Amino acid sequence: MHMQLDHQLTKPPTAGPVRRLGTAVRVYTGVSPALIAVGLAFLYPTALLVWLSFTDPQPGLGNYTALFSDSLAMTVIARTLRMAGTVTIVTALLAYAYAYVMTAVGTRMRAVMLVLVLMPFWTSLMARTFAWVVLLQERGPIDDLFSLTPIGSVELLGTTTGVTIAMTQVMMPFFVLPLFASLRGIDRRLIDAALGMGARPIVAFFKVYLPLSLPGILAGAAMVFTLSLGFYVTPELLGTPRESMVARLMASKVDPLLQFGAAGALAVVVLLITLALLGVILAVLKVRGGVETTGGSK
Amino acid sequence: MNRTTSVSWPLRILCFLIALWLVGPMFIVIPLSFTGQASFTFPPQSWSLDYYRNFFTDPAWTDALWTSVRLGVAVTIAATIIGTAAAIALVRGRMRGKTVVTGALMAPMLLPQIIVALAIYIAFLRLGLVGTYTGFFLAHTALAIPFVLVPVMASLRTLDPDVEHAAAGLGASPASVLWHITARLAAPGILSGAVFAFATSFDEVVISIYLQSPLLRTLPVQMYTSVTTNTDPTIAAASAIILTVTTLLILVPQLVSGRVVKD
Repeated sequence: MHMQLDHQLTKPPTAGPVRRLGTAVRVYTGVSPALIAVGLAFLYPTALLVWLSFTDPQPGLGNYTALFSDSLAMTVIARTLRMAGTVTIVTALLAYAYAYVMTAVGTRMRAVMLVLVLMPFWTSLMARTFAWVVLLQERGPIDDLFSLTPIGSVELLGTTTGVTIAMTQVMMPFFVLPLFASLRGIDRRLIDAALGMGARPIVAFFKVYLPLSLPGILAGAAMVFTLSLGFYVTPELLGTPRESMVARLMASKVDPLLQFGAAGALAVVVLLITLALLGVILAVLKVRGGVETTGGSK
Repeated sequence: MNRTTSVSWPLRILCFLIALWLVGPMFIVIPLSFTGQASFTFPPQSWSLDYYRNFFTDPAWTDALWTSVRLGVAVTIAATIIGTAAAIALVRGRMRGKTVVTGALMAPMLLPQIIVALAIYIAFLRLGLVGTYTGFFLAHTALAIPFVLVPVMASLRTLDPDVEHAAAGLGASPASVLWHITARLAAPGILSGAVFAFATSFDEVVISIYLQSPLLRTLPVQMYTSVTTNTDPTIAAASAIILTVTTLLILVPQLVSGRVVKD
């Protein structure tokens, strides 16, 4: 945001309303092809889905009352929220360790770590998901490995645990990147000061470092939680129909049931949950931003 | 802060394990792609090139690959041009509702994929676009635009507008400034936008599952269909090829230029 401001400050003022109108027309010419494409293939479809949730099969709130009295749908939503929460927490812990080490190592090592965490980001989702199918399958490498230990055979393909393991891997870059940006901005002298004044390392971490990294944690968590809620391919291929997620429920309302309104209502509820979550996170960041000036990424 | 601090050994080991878990699993598809059996048994009991041969001869796979490549190229060209034009207008121009327009253009990236996919499916059913190349092209282009917008806007913002003003002051026409100065200086951003656009289209699964027809399928859809219906290891060959190509595309430019990733 401040980049935009800087730019506007350096730009000489445009003179006269006529010239301003001319600029505006050219600006809209630049944006309109993008707006037409996104409008046709995204804004119109999304608006239509929301509209159908109030009108299909008949006008009113029927789809919403039906949804909230459908105990199966409620179970599925709760399960999806739980799964997204688990994925977010596990990703957060692993990403924290990883991003912290990234700030502490030398430039070369950091570059290698960045490439490694971005690898899953760049490689085909289908190829990666297929690799997990092979790894997690019955009598697959992981099962074999555990069979050698006292734990014995583990059943992972077709379980929520299997989905969680694979999804955490998919989500790592989305957590590591914002968190690394935030951790990099933390002034280490603050830790040194805390240690110098006699704080134990663990106390210095929890009282100084962790609070300063909160913006990064929240940004990463918001991203991962939102993405997990709407994830379709990984749960579909690695999970089980018995423990389906909200994406599957929504998809089944459209095809084969053709209940577009019901699918729309479900989508609206998921979106509202996402927006509420983002609202809470923004509010937290705003409150903290008012108190502290040192936190956040520079 | 570029100071190197000591990292304790347990933490180092943990990070090594995380890195292994991030990158390791996907490479299992490479040995599997050389299997001689019609199953996903790992490690394979016998070896062959059968599934590579199948990938390059079976029309179900070759058609899907060809569709994906063709679509990816078309989407890259369209999204790069449209996205760059929008980025220039949004960064350089002054207009009302800039934030709203930017938000609208970024939205496809932020909403849950399944919602976008179902919405597009329902809308495209009405427009008669399901199962058509135009439908795929439109949906993928809209999805790819934010991925062009972000890097191009970022590189335009770091670009000194005085250079453009100087060129204009020396008598260059607006079109000539745009082409000779703005586009040239923003080239790195435009290039990475184009790469992202291709990757977005080439990798997209969920929307494509809903837009497919038996005659028109992208490679990820073919892979999805294959893994849900049978245990044909051709998908391992497909995955191995995609992995190798993308890994080379990412690593080779860095090794050749000897440049370390900018942090």
